[in-house]
Amino acid sequence: MDLVTLLQILDSSVRLAIPLLLACLAGLYSERAGIFDIGLEGKMLVAAFAAGAFAAVSGSVWVGLLAGIGASLMLSAIHGIASITFRGNQLISGVAINMLASGLTVLIAQNWFKQGGRTPALSGEGRLSPINLPFADMFESIPLFGPTYKELISGHSLLVYVAVALVPITWWILYRTRFGLRLRAVGENPASVDTAGVSVVRLRFAAVAICGILCGVAGAYLATGLQAGFIKEMTAGRGFIALAALIFAKWRPWHALYACLLFGFLQAIAVRFQSIDLGGVVIPVQFMEALPFILTVVILAGFVGRAIPPRAGGEPYVKER
Amino acid sequence: MGKMPLWADALLVPLLSLALAAFFSALVILGIGENPIEAFNLMVDGALKRSAGWGYTLYYTTNYIFTGLAVAVAFHARLFNIGGEGQAMIGGVGVALVCLYIPWPHWSLAIVGASTGAALFGAAWAFIPAYLQAKRGSHVVITTIMFNYIAFSVLGYLLVEVLRPTGSMDTASAAFPEAVHLPNFHEMFAPEGSRMFRGAPANVTFFLALLACVFVWLLIWRTRLGYDIRSFGKSETAAKYAGISPLRITVVAMLLSGALAGMMSVNTTMGETERLILNSTEGAGFVGIAVALMGRNHPIGILMAALLFGFLAQGGAELALWTSIPRELITVIQALVILFTGALDNMVRMPLERLFLIIGKKEAS
Repeated sequence: MDLVTLLQILDSSVRLAIPLLLACLAGLYSERAGIFDIGLEGKMLVAAFAAGAFAAVSGSVWVGLLAGIGASLMLSAIHGIASITFRGNQLISGVAINMLASGLTVLIAQNWFKQGGRTPALSGEGRLSPINLPFADMFESIPLFGPTYKELISGHSLLVYVAVALVPITWWILYRTRFGLRLRAVGENPASVDTAGVSVVRLRFAAVAICGILCGVAGAYLATGLQAGFIKEMTAGRGFIALAALIFAKWRPWHALYACLLFGFLQAIAVRFQSIDLGGVVIPVQFMEALPFILTVVILAGFVGRAIPPRAGGEPYVKER
Repeated sequence: MGKMPLWADALLVPLLSLALAAFFSALVILGIGENPIEAFNLMVDGALKRSAGWGYTLYYTTNYIFTGLAVAVAFHARLFNIGGEGQAMIGGVGVALVCLYIPWPHWSLAIVGASTGAALFGAAWAFIPAYLQAKRGSHVVITTIMFNYIAFSVLGYLLVEVLRPTGSMDTASAAFPEAVHLPNFHEMFAPEGSRMFRGAPANVTFFLALLACVFVWLLIWRTRLGYDIRSFGKSETAAKYAGISPLRITVVAMLLSGALAGMMSVNTTMGETERLILNSTEGAGFVGIAVALMGRNHPIGILMAALLFGFLAQGGAELALWTSIPRELITVIQALVILFTGALDNMVRMPLERLFLIIGKKEAS
């Protein structure tokens, strides 16, 4: 395999990893605060639809991004009301949100654009445009580093850089700020946070809202960056791969980046090669598609270091029994 | 906290939740510029007014009974089996292998074999998540989600590389032999020359589903194992003190759940398509969650809820046929039902409990 092919695969790995990373960080905030969220998929889907639709109608990708975030936040609000206010089952709420998103997007898209459940194809200002970093052309003649810089580092859209920057920012928020400490505490032992006079309800709603915003960005990137418009079921399990990455990363921001890059790489390979022939042994494409899920099960099984979720995850907090 | 009377818990709460879901569904229909009452009438016409409509409604009902029971059995052990979809897919592989490679003389024997195959394969697919939950504490919800995706890949691989007949372009297995054809309602009930149930996929598996309801009722409320499952679900610590092994109950409940989900494939794969296809489950595994929630995990409730969702599925197909409302409307309605009967259950329950408390106090004084 030559350098150009390798760079192309790595480049598409990064592109494919970005929506996973954004959704994974979204889940990280929510789950660290003790709210399980299996509705990442649904939130990304409505965001992708809203972003695609509003970018097509307004002609501006930024209007689309805002609409995507708004749509995702609405589902977050439902999840918050169900699981925080009414102390419902967070998993069931997540299932409902996923189904709601999968139905509503097609319903509204068909009603609005009448194109069989998709939004009009985006072009020009309606899409995220790549940003060329400085010196990309100047460095090109340097062997190895030049092409790598030009193909892999430079030339992505703004949201890609935002997503990567969010990793250290998330780390800083979680481990170096008062809000982060409280957020982690509320996921481990909400009673202690309550005793300290901090509102558990407010903290958890804040976490769920951050989760909504990030899922919104992830969905908007799918519809305006990775592809040009919304297609029915376009998230294609990415919300669950992100969830898998979150477990794989054991709920830590830097590890989330590595896990998402790994899963993005697997997706890029599955897209590029249908089946891989390794000296007589053929690895079918279906195996590559299933690999993120298989790896996560292995991690969950505790064979490669145990993944222990935040202790109060999934349990509604009841003040004073 | 005051308890509500049983009738309120079993009927009033689900009905109120359903009314809320119906109200919001009507809003959605209004939102896309259609008339909810007309839409409802069309659904009733298409699903319940003609025998063929009933044939489809009962076909869907059969699927939902199996997946609803599957979710319910796991729920009784306080396990949330979200993997019905994957278990049904793999159950379909079991059905296909049994039907393709064993020369059955008659359908009545074949259905026993196929059910066994489906149940074994479905149960096997639920085993690893169950074992990991019991032994390793990895959450069964997450593992079953992962197993749904793995199941899809496994099924895709098997259909493309193994079961697909050479030369065929479809991702599907070969057609099953004529001998394993299950009698459908048209063949069973229609008098000579009548068009009753013609073209509808409802078949003898419906009665298998009814049997499964009876079986689950007996199992959960009339056997020692069922008692163990329920006590484990109510309180794990109490169950441990009583000498019930958490490992055994977790694994057994999930195996039963997976087997029931897998048996759905007898209806879809053997009864309808008569070959294994990629997307025969059509989300029925997830609908099972709604069915179990609505039916309060009781076979009678599940039967009624499955009928309701069967009606919705067929009515939705009719709507898509005659109006510009896409079939996805039904997904939205299903989601709303799950939301209101499951996640927002307390929204209905809390005010009701308060109401009954006030009534109770007044009567006492």
